[in-house]
Amino acid sequence: MKTLVIAEHDNSRLATASLSAVTAAARFGGEIDVLVAGHACEAVVAQVQAVAGVSRVLKVDAPHYAEPLAENLAVLVQRIAGEGGYRAVLVAASSFGKNLAPRVAALLDVAAVSEVVAVVSPGRYERPIYAGNVTVAVESDQALDVLTVRATAFDAAGCGGTAMLETLAAGPDLALSRVVGRELSKSERPELGAAAIVVSGGRGLGSGENYQRLLEPLADKLGAALGASRAAVDAGFVPNDYQVGQTGKIVAPGLYVAVGISGAIQHLAGMKDSRVIVAINKDPDAPIFQVADYGLVADLFEAVPALTSSLSAG
Amino acid sequence: MKILVPVKRVVDYNVKVRVKSDQSGVELAGVKMSINPFDEIAVEEAVRLKEAGVATEVVAVSCGTSACQETLRSALAMGADRAILVESDAELQPLAVAKLLKAVADREQPQMVICGKQAIDDDANQTGQMLAALMGWPQATFASKVAVGEGVVAVTREIDGGLETVELKLPALVTADLRLNEPRYATLPNIMKAKKKPLDVLAAAGLGVDITPRLRHVRHAEPAARKGGIKVADVAELVNKLRNEAKVI
Repeated sequence: MKTLVIAEHDNSRLATASLSAVTAAARFGGEIDVLVAGHACEAVVAQVQAVAGVSRVLKVDAPHYAEPLAENLAVLVQRIAGEGGYRAVLVAASSFGKNLAPRVAALLDVAAVSEVVAVVSPGRYERPIYAGNVTVAVESDQALDVLTVRATAFDAAGCGGTAMLETLAAGPDLALSRVVGRELSKSERPELGAAAIVVSGGRGLGSGENYQRLLEPLADKLGAALGASRAAVDAGFVPNDYQVGQTGKIVAPGLYVAVGISGAIQHLAGMKDSRVIVAINKDPDAPIFQVADYGLVADLFEAVPALTSSLSAG
Repeated sequence: MKILVPVKRVVDYNVKVRVKSDQSGVELAGVKMSINPFDEIAVEEAVRLKEAGVATEVVAVSCGTSACQETLRSALAMGADRAILVESDAELQPLAVAKLLKAVADREQPQMVICGKQAIDDDANQTGQMLAALMGWPQATFASKVAVGEGVVAVTREIDGGLETVELKLPALVTADLRLNEPRYATLPNIMKAKKKPLDVLAAAGLGVDITPRLRHVRHAEPAARKGGIKVADVAELVNKLRNEAKVI
């Protein structure tokens, strides 16, 4: 029984979420192949070859895979998955994976299973629905399943692997779409989805200026990634890719510090699997306190600078 | 340009769902149902394109029981011109819905399909991408901006690290994210007008597609509630707890 993992990358670096997809693939108990489709992506191929548990890296290099567009990639994955005798195709449930996997599934005429949080056995999965308020056990008798995998539910695969390399022919360039622009948030901080500590701000901060002035020094002290509630994003305090929640990023860090966040159910859906949750809010009845391990009812404009300086005092 | 907008009837966004005692699903009896919020954003975008003179007709389509007529009337009250119900009492999974929508699109020949990025009940986030695949069309998921040009549509997408703009050849499929627009409230006169707009009903069985469910949803459960912790008196106690009790800093 073989599985195929689709690597997410930018031609130079493998996305950490792909390492969680490898761990989910290992739950099937068979050989794991990883597809690296890109252009001038040798560095990624080398990284994937070193991932523990990977049997083969399938490299497909062509200019029309330089950008991770679903149209060309789906046709390629359809061919490889169809020929290869795979039991499952897995990809991390990132914006890349969520865009690609259903397209692959439809081309293969199979159902897709989204945001899998547990692989019980081949064909037996668990996934959240209703914004994480319900978990459903899913059974499939399909010969091939297509899964997106929630990265926070599976540990990242380690290194020390020595996978074989196989180069495959490229698929057609359908020329249906092209990337004409990209604005990525530049940050020296850890990636939000993979950070050990997340400091997150909500509407209580009042402005983007306050968000920066109060939360950035705290995040610097903790080596944390920065996140936000939907209210803070909608109010324009921070860019949309900061959003944690049902429709934003799902995070599960060791420590999640919620500052001025009331705790709407859609926000809780994105962070309630964090190991330790701290909430700082002046409203003692804010729902965030119902999930917080440590709640501090205080004026955040005093408490956050005090917290930052007491961390400096070390 | 004709735009097709699929809409789904789902449990209202404000309802706290409960799992049935036999774990077979979520309690739907007596629960308020509404148009899926992301589909509402898709309808709004299509109507705005019509108001801007880019689109000529907006057709809303829903797949499901006759109760979905209510959902289609919501879309009509927002400004869709007409509606199609693909009626079926069977469980419809995303692949089946995509196949039914393809059958409708083959008849209607729209230049663009705009749908919500996901439904807030099953959170699958699949139907749009599947429909695009079956049509052989390009797709732009998670749209925050749509600009139609000559034979193309430029779509700004919300991706993990920020924003990406893609240009798709028409016909094309777009899925709406939260920040694409703020849907209007339907006014009473428009709600009344919507009752007179055409709503065609097609039997799903008559469209000649395989809608058999491929997956079984065997057991539903509410995840263990997270236990609330303690309130700390001040920052000093918080730091002490994080260092010495939780050991996370």
